[in-house]
Amino acid sequence: MTNSGILLDAPARDESPTPVPPRRRRSGVNRTHPALFLFPLPALVLYVVFFAMPTFEGVRYSVTDWDGFSAEYNNVGAGNFSTIATADDLFRGALFNNLKFMLVVVVFQTLISLALAVFLVRNSRSSILLRALYFLPTILSSVSVAFIWKFVYDPNFGLINTALGAVGLDGLKSSFLGDDGKAIFFVAATQVWFHVGQMMVIYVAGLQQIPADLYESADVDGASRWRQFRHITWPLVAPASAIVIAYTTVQSFKAFDLILGMGGNPPKPSLDILSTRIYAGFANSQFGYAAAESIVFMVVIALVTWLQRRAVALAQSQA
Amino acid sequence: MGFNLTRRTVLFVYAVLIIVPMVVVLAGTFKTTQQLFSSPFGLPDKLDGANYRQVLGQGGLGGAFRNSAIVTACSVPITLFVGSLASYGIARIRGWVGHLIYGFIVLGMAVPAQANMIPQYVLFDVLGLTNSLIGLVLINVVVTLPIAVFIMTGFLKTIPGEIYEATSIDGSGPWRTYRSVILPLSTPSLAATAIFLFVIHWNDLLYPLLFIQEPGKKTLPVALLSFQGEFLTDYPLLFTGVVVASAPIVVAYVFLQRYFVAGITAGSVKG
Repeated sequence: MTNSGILLDAPARDESPTPVPPRRRRSGVNRTHPALFLFPLPALVLYVVFFAMPTFEGVRYSVTDWDGFSAEYNNVGAGNFSTIATADDLFRGALFNNLKFMLVVVVFQTLISLALAVFLVRNSRSSILLRALYFLPTILSSVSVAFIWKFVYDPNFGLINTALGAVGLDGLKSSFLGDDGKAIFFVAATQVWFHVGQMMVIYVAGLQQIPADLYESADVDGASRWRQFRHITWPLVAPASAIVIAYTTVQSFKAFDLILGMGGNPPKPSLDILSTRIYAGFANSQFGYAAAESIVFMVVIALVTWLQRRAVALAQSQA
Repeated sequence: MGFNLTRRTVLFVYAVLIIVPMVVVLAGTFKTTQQLFSSPFGLPDKLDGANYRQVLGQGGLGGAFRNSAIVTACSVPITLFVGSLASYGIARIRGWVGHLIYGFIVLGMAVPAQANMIPQYVLFDVLGLTNSLIGLVLINVVVTLPIAVFIMTGFLKTIPGEIYEATSIDGSGPWRTYRSVILPLSTPSLAATAIFLFVIHWNDLLYPLLFIQEPGKKTLPVALLSFQGEFLTDYPLLFTGVVVASAPIVVAYVFLQRYFVAGITAGSVKG
């Protein structure tokens, strides 16, 4: 726990590292030891060759109909993109599933992790133990979590339906992942279970920054718990909320493994999201088309992140 | 006391939501399908290792476990080393060049894996690095470099500049300073980063799924995913696979909990 405070402070400063080129070079010696330029070199070489160049290469693929192995391919210009925009129901379905998934995960993961953090903010023995327990799912692999929850949701033998049957609430039984209209929400619930503990830790760190005397004087004034939360905790924990919401949003687009584990490979349409759709294109040797999809994917993430930042900033300015 | 009652209830219910599925899974590894279905919440009659023998042998998880161990044992230290070298350089190079290098590498965190995986596959295929554990190590290093540099640079910037200056007045070169001052000083942040990388590399599904077709080269998550088709609803076997795949991480978590929390939190802040 002691480290997280230090580490958490880092991004605030490095929000956007925009380098400012110097107008004029300072006269005199450059004080950087020349050997220092060798240190980032291995990282830069690996990163440029295996990460940056493939990213730009993807743009080149996206305007072709390349299948991944033929020597020949055609330049189709913006053809892939116009197909995605107008004629690809699978892509559109995956986009809507992904947005539904994201909304549900962001709302519930944020609220539940905040509630748990408020309850566990004090560093008592039991709080520390419970935090460790709640954090545990985060370290499991997505495939493991997917298998655990496939059984929880199993319509015939699963934990939920068995438990409901045992207490006589058979009317509430569901086919869960078999119900195409709701399946994506049940996977969203699993995602929340998976990562609430991780977000709770960020909130605990944020809550512990709030000075205790604020609550003491509110107590003296006779303010209720709810009023204290509304007027002290909520506004002052806003920086942590911004981190949690931003991270959860991006994470919802990266839920690739969980979807493959719960929805099959390739997932059925009711559980398909953007990342699994792109993978399916790759698996079907539609390299050019999938590359175009992945560019649209990046744009969608950038757009959603931007909108959501605006919304958070707006909400906080009115709080 | 409404607040305390609510608090206790919520904490208890959430603890049950975590503990019950885990216990059911662990107990399930010692049951037959029939026993699991007839009493999912019950404890097993006896601790019979038949499911474990089957997944490790015929199920192929033994080999997959070894592959995962090899890949993770190589990719975590290499990422740490290359990343910490870069972070050290970035923290000490004065002026805009350091910022530029930092910004360029960290920009990679904004690129989702699905955006460049196809050209990466083509490149690795050309280089003969698909169906190869070396290829997996390389891709792990490459895709986690941005976040590793982000975490470690954040830490190195908290080291006061006087420490660097003192050592350079001493006349020791940058390599000496890195090795004998910076590395020891940053052990806690290196440990946290190492744990973060361990979790990511051990659990990674995407790249082995893309790069590995040969059954003998599969890592745990891919081998586990293929159980889905193979054993369909043989939940005890699926659960045994889950336990085998998770055991190293859970055991490490029990002993190194604070590093897990610190590392994963640092990674999630911008991951």
